[in-house]
Amino acid sequence: MARLPRRTLLRGSLYGAAVSVGLPFLDCFLDNNGTALAATGAPLPVCFGSWFWGCGTNPGNWKPGKVGAGYEMRGDFAPLQKFQKKMNVISGTNVVLDDKQLLVHFTGSVGISAGSAPRGFDTTPPTVDTLIADVIGKKTRFKSIEVCCTGNPIHTQSRREGNQLNPGEATPLALYTRIFGSGFIDPNAANFLPDPKALLRQSALSAVSESRKDFEKTLGANDRQRLDQYFTSLRELEQGVEAELQKPAPLESCTVPSGDVNAKSANSEIEAVTTNHRLFAGLLAHALACGQTRVVNMVFGDSNSSLRRAGESQTHHIYTHEEPSDPKTGYQSNVGWFVGRCMGGLATFLETLDGVREGDSTLLDRMGLLIFTDTSYARYHSIHDMPIMTAGRAGGRLKTGLHVAADGDPSSRLGLTLQQAYGLPISVWGTDSMRTTKTITDIVA
Amino acid sequence: MRKKMFSRCLTLTAGAVCAAALAMAPSTHGVVAAETSEAGPAAVRVLGATQYRQTIADIFGRSIEIGGRFAPGVRDEGLLEVGTSRASIAASSLEQYDIMARSIAAQVVDPQHRDMLISCKPATPTATDDACASKFLGEVGQLLFRRPLTNAELAKQVTVAATAAQSSNDFYAGLANSLASMLISPEFLFRKEIAVPESAKAGAWKLDTYSKASRLSFMLWNAPPDRELLAAAADGSLDTKAGLERQADRMLRSSRLTAGVRALFADMLQLDKFETISKDPKIYPQYTPDISVEAADQTLRTISDSVLAGGDYRDLFTTRKTYLTPLLASIYGVAINNPNGGWQAYEYPEGDPRAGILTQVSFVALHSHPGRTSPTLRGRALREVFLCQRVPDPPGDVDFKFVDDTSNPTYRTARARLSAHAAAPACAGCHKMTDPLGLSMEQFDSSGAFRTVENETEIDVSGDLNGKPFKGAAAMGQALKEDPALPACIVRRVLSYGVGRRLSRDETAFLNTLTADFSGDKYSVKKLMRRIVTDPQFYRVAPPEVVVGLASEPSVATKLAKSGE
Repeated sequence: MARLPRRTLLRGSLYGAAVSVGLPFLDCFLDNNGTALAATGAPLPVCFGSWFWGCGTNPGNWKPGKVGAGYEMRGDFAPLQKFQKKMNVISGTNVVLDDKQLLVHFTGSVGISAGSAPRGFDTTPPTVDTLIADVIGKKTRFKSIEVCCTGNPIHTQSRREGNQLNPGEATPLALYTRIFGSGFIDPNAANFLPDPKALLRQSALSAVSESRKDFEKTLGANDRQRLDQYFTSLRELEQGVEAELQKPAPLESCTVPSGDVNAKSANSEIEAVTTNHRLFAGLLAHALACGQTRVVNMVFGDSNSSLRRAGESQTHHIYTHEEPSDPKTGYQSNVGWFVGRCMGGLATFLETLDGVREGDSTLLDRMGLLIFTDTSYARYHSIHDMPIMTAGRAGGRLKTGLHVAADGDPSSRLGLTLQQAYGLPISVWGTDSMRTTKTITDIVA
Repeated sequence: MRKKMFSRCLTLTAGAVCAAALAMAPSTHGVVAAETSEAGPAAVRVLGATQYRQTIADIFGRSIEIGGRFAPGVRDEGLLEVGTSRASIAASSLEQYDIMARSIAAQVVDPQHRDMLISCKPATPTATDDACASKFLGEVGQLLFRRPLTNAELAKQVTVAATAAQSSNDFYAGLANSLASMLISPEFLFRKEIAVPESAKAGAWKLDTYSKASRLSFMLWNAPPDRELLAAAADGSLDTKAGLERQADRMLRSSRLTAGVRALFADMLQLDKFETISKDPKIYPQYTPDISVEAADQTLRTISDSVLAGGDYRDLFTTRKTYLTPLLASIYGVAINNPNGGWQAYEYPEGDPRAGILTQVSFVALHSHPGRTSPTLRGRALREVFLCQRVPDPPGDVDFKFVDDTSNPTYRTARARLSAHAAAPACAGCHKMTDPLGLSMEQFDSSGAFRTVENETEIDVSGDLNGKPFKGAAAMGQALKEDPALPACIVRRVLSYGVGRRLSRDETAFLNTLTADFSGDKYSVKKLMRRIVTDPQFYRVAPPEVVVGLASEPSVATKLAKSGE
């Protein structure tokens, strides 16, 4: 028998009398409040997420009148008033094109999430969720989980370098199976026994990982970069298996949902999207509460919103371009209806996260959510004065309940601020005129 | 992503930009200028979903179930197959490949399959057996990696199997572990092509024989090389003209060519999009998800029938022959006498508004909105898919106020609404490219059903192509048939599909030769495929890129060049 590298051998030992498993990272109990790990006093891990809707808002019908604390969620954002104290509204920022063409329904969202006005559809820098996941998602079973409520995996807004998509789960049942099917370990189970199959799996993955040098040696630079992505994915898979082999700390708020996922067929009809989004929200909340991931990315409606009402030939997007403004209000009524449904969905998501009690606080409190869209006024594809929000206190790292009114600053300021809040050692972020060093200090705790 | 964003926005676009695009439109042969200045490099392609399935079926048989989600493809230059050389595998997708790998491996070694699929038996099933493991893993590894495993690779896999077998006291568990490892490895999930110097031509490079076998096999069968082709690669006969032609002709005669032709056209016609489109059931109650599946199949049957028989490619746009199921017949509004269900050959009567694949559900429903048609989407798809012409994306600052007045009775039809768009200077240029084609298909609603009125107004289906007027989709098919850009485009598509990347400028001459030959071959796609796969040019590649900063030892390319291999 040939000799096996030490790494593979260590990971491949199993079924033997003395199974050696790495020390559990969370081998301890929560404090009495359920908000901290008793052994270390450290707070529950901070989580991050994004929530996206397409086609923006009715301009003039969302921005709070008051700046600072005590603002009111109004107009299109009225459904969010209940969570006003746990949210921030950021107004007055722009996505700046410089000499680049406006890629409609794309430039705006990339400007916010990746700090760049891209030159093409495949030249985007990584989105902020992946940068944060690289820091906080290393020891969980899933580095991040993406969901697309419209049923199309490529509607995702999460991308690695060069537009490498992190495709979204398209159905609640698929998401349930992925999280709570094979490989799930209930952190509150009385006994923990590492699954021998997970050790086998680990050795199989290690063997692949060790082949990297051989595979890459004849590749050019571009292909090498693509393979880097593959091997990064492989490493994440290995980390997920490592997490399965460690005894998880009990998590008071973790409950395992039933597999009775009564979803609607996945498509862009608004009632189906709303129902599936509610189911997705519940599953993601369970996944976060049970320590399966720390980063979730939800797409409620796609960019270039294909949301539609049953029986209508018009979609949300078509309304943004073709609906006349109501002479009395000055706004597009049907567009407002769709934005309202999107915000209603967001309210449901926040309610779900906030409904998971963790001692004196909630799951939402240890989340930081970036809430964004692809355009401010879809009728003209405007990317000025982008409507952006955050929700959650990121475990005390962010202040909430504020309306921050910027004065034409690049929308990348929020991405910079969030990365810094999550401990990324950066002082500047973005490209060209989207490059910024200005943290939004108002919301930093 | 790009296409999605396009959607309804396509109704807006800048005239100046479109004028430039029209200027790029095909000249004599309809060849769009090449995009890159480098010679075509050897490609590293992600294995596609159907290719993955076919590989597993070829090696282990169809009783092995494959569950899981494949990574969504990225279409580039009109083809997913071109996108595979630019894509990678995200973590959530690799997670799915891992699930599939473990499931497949477990099935292969389970008691129902092991005697049939594993050609040796261990001395005892509760212990390691390196000889048997080596035999199995060597055989299977060659088919998975599309080349023989190196000694080091095989030794490693045997060790992985042995370690797991020792730990679990189960030879088969060990074998499954090693198999799962290979199924998730980059050697399997990526089709890596290797360049070697061409001995007959100084400074020229070509694919090594195994890479050549793969390119040939995936092109014709959408499947990895079979044992015979691998043997021809191993003994070098594939590198001879006669050997290559022998293998190509064998494969062209095989019934497996059907799968290859279907894969090529499914990719070109973007039929994968049927997986994510839906129709509003209140507006189109007759359109069920099964319609999507059967509509795609109908078109592929129509095409493969013609291609395999050596038919004229251009006839696909005028043919009255097709296949129908009872379900499809209900959408088409025709009666078929098929009490047993299933597929039945059908021919539309002469003069019927339906003729050619563009009047089939697979085109008119795919390029429509869920609740209404889109002449612009249809026109754009026609230009881009079949004529290889690029319709620019719409500008971002167009004012739509001119369509605000929807109560205006002049906007009752798509033609009227689009006329309003076209009246705006910023929109006119591109709409001239798309709308005259798309509007001629307006008698087919978003579900593909035939109609003559919209909002109680008779639909006008007049259109034109390159200044030639016509009325209706069937006549448009005839006009298209006479457009030289049509055959030039399919040549470009087939070649791009085969090499799996954007074509380089250096390949323009090859492209033009193939286009001329295509005409001489009476536009037979089957003959075109043969010409491509038997031409040494198909296997030529640019010299490998030397990556700065790698290990100090000379690159493989340098070593080979020095040794004269």
